[in-house]
Amino acid sequence: MVRHYSKIVIFMLIIVIAVIPAGVAFASPDAQSALVEHSASAAAGAHASTTPWWVWPLALFLTTFILGILAVLGGVGGGVLFVPIVGGFFPFNIDFVRGAGLLVALAGALAAGPGLLKRNLASLRLAIPVALIASSAAIVGAMIGLALKPNTVNTLLGATILFIVAIMATAKKSDFPVVPKPDALSQSLGIMGIYREESLGKDVEWSVHKTPQGLLLFIVIGVMAGMFGLGAGWANVPVLNLLMGAPLKISVATSKFLLSITDTSAAWVYLNQGAVLPMIVVPSLVGIMLGSIVGVKILARAKPKAIKWMVIGLLLFAGLRSLLKGLEIWK
Amino acid sequence: MTNEKTRASEEQIAYAGVLNIGMWFGLFLLIVTFIVYISGALPSFVAIEDLPKYWGMRVHDFNAQLHAPTGWGWAAHVGQGDYLNFVGVAILSGLTIVCYLVILPILIRKKDRAYVVIAIAEVLVLSLAASGLLKSGGH
Repeated sequence: MVRHYSKIVIFMLIIVIAVIPAGVAFASPDAQSALVEHSASAAAGAHASTTPWWVWPLALFLTTFILGILAVLGGVGGGVLFVPIVGGFFPFNIDFVRGAGLLVALAGALAAGPGLLKRNLASLRLAIPVALIASSAAIVGAMIGLALKPNTVNTLLGATILFIVAIMATAKKSDFPVVPKPDALSQSLGIMGIYREESLGKDVEWSVHKTPQGLLLFIVIGVMAGMFGLGAGWANVPVLNLLMGAPLKISVATSKFLLSITDTSAAWVYLNQGAVLPMIVVPSLVGIMLGSIVGVKILARAKPKAIKWMVIGLLLFAGLRSLLKGLEIWK
Repeated sequence: MTNEKTRASEEQIAYAGVLNIGMWFGLFLLIVTFIVYISGALPSFVAIEDLPKYWGMRVHDFNAQLHAPTGWGWAAHVGQGDYLNFVGVAILSGLTIVCYLVILPILIRKKDRAYVVIAIAEVLVLSLAASGLLKSGGH
């Protein structure tokens, strides 16, 4: 089995080596200057608002505080709510909103990571190969996203959010998926584990299958995470759980931890391009984190199903807003 | 109840430990530097009251109009309130690289060659992203 590892590593490196230059070529300044005309956004941003500056960070803090509560109660990441809602209803350019969205998702993942790893719910063994693919793809996504026109980004973001709504409304989850036989790749990499399932009072052994298909899907997930500044938990969990067959708890925890690696690579691209404004990032980050703490306290008394549909409704509205904004129907 | 079989691996525990310390340190720094920023204790690259004129611009236009630094250029401006916040952002964003560097010796000691190669590749990918060498065009 060990003999296969060199092939596996070569396979993964080929994906990484192939994906990054492709994205760099697409998103390079030269390529883009030949493709894209000057945007009108400079003019859009040039007029000063009469609203005092402090109103917006305060509104952002209050909004993200509520989003933090809803994210916990609805079982979604903060980033997926943050980008369409703040991008759709605040005066900030979508470039800065995506940069902030990535850092919001990153901070949430960094905060959750240590506890999930120590409790052996997030699996480093599962995350490391997946993260290499997803983080490489996220760099490409970030570069493409920053090179696209705002209307294009908003249109694609709106379509993506509506797709996420469809996934959330219809996707089923499996607590303990059946893995008839682990695939050769996962066996060679030793992607398996045992965790304590407190609800059953017993240890659960797990393994995964369809690893190559899963890794290929993580290219798409990484690109979308980087392009739109979304945390990608909505996509990570179904792939890890339904396709690869990891138990739901392992999938959710590993997905959350995975975001700390995937979003890191994209966050650096946004940071280096200057698409990070502390005035947007810090109130959002603190608001989401405090909201999450309150959300956890409310969770015990809340009716999850009703809240899930409320979050789906909110995402539907925000997705439509992004789509119509991008299409210049609802400016 | 954790027994030997369900216990997290050595590298997983090491990763979690560094992540925990780095995360709280970065977050604390980010909040402190933001308070310094909005208090006006330090001059800002873009005056806070002027920021609403610019935050609706695309980032490329923002940079061009204000001659804002890109890549690691912000490091030369950490004496200014707004760019001081980038220290915390950079710590949070760089933490994963440090975590990987911490677990590498453990993986090497365990002769887990596939994961050693993958971990080194990840460090290189993240370092490339952090380097500022990758440029995105657009208008």
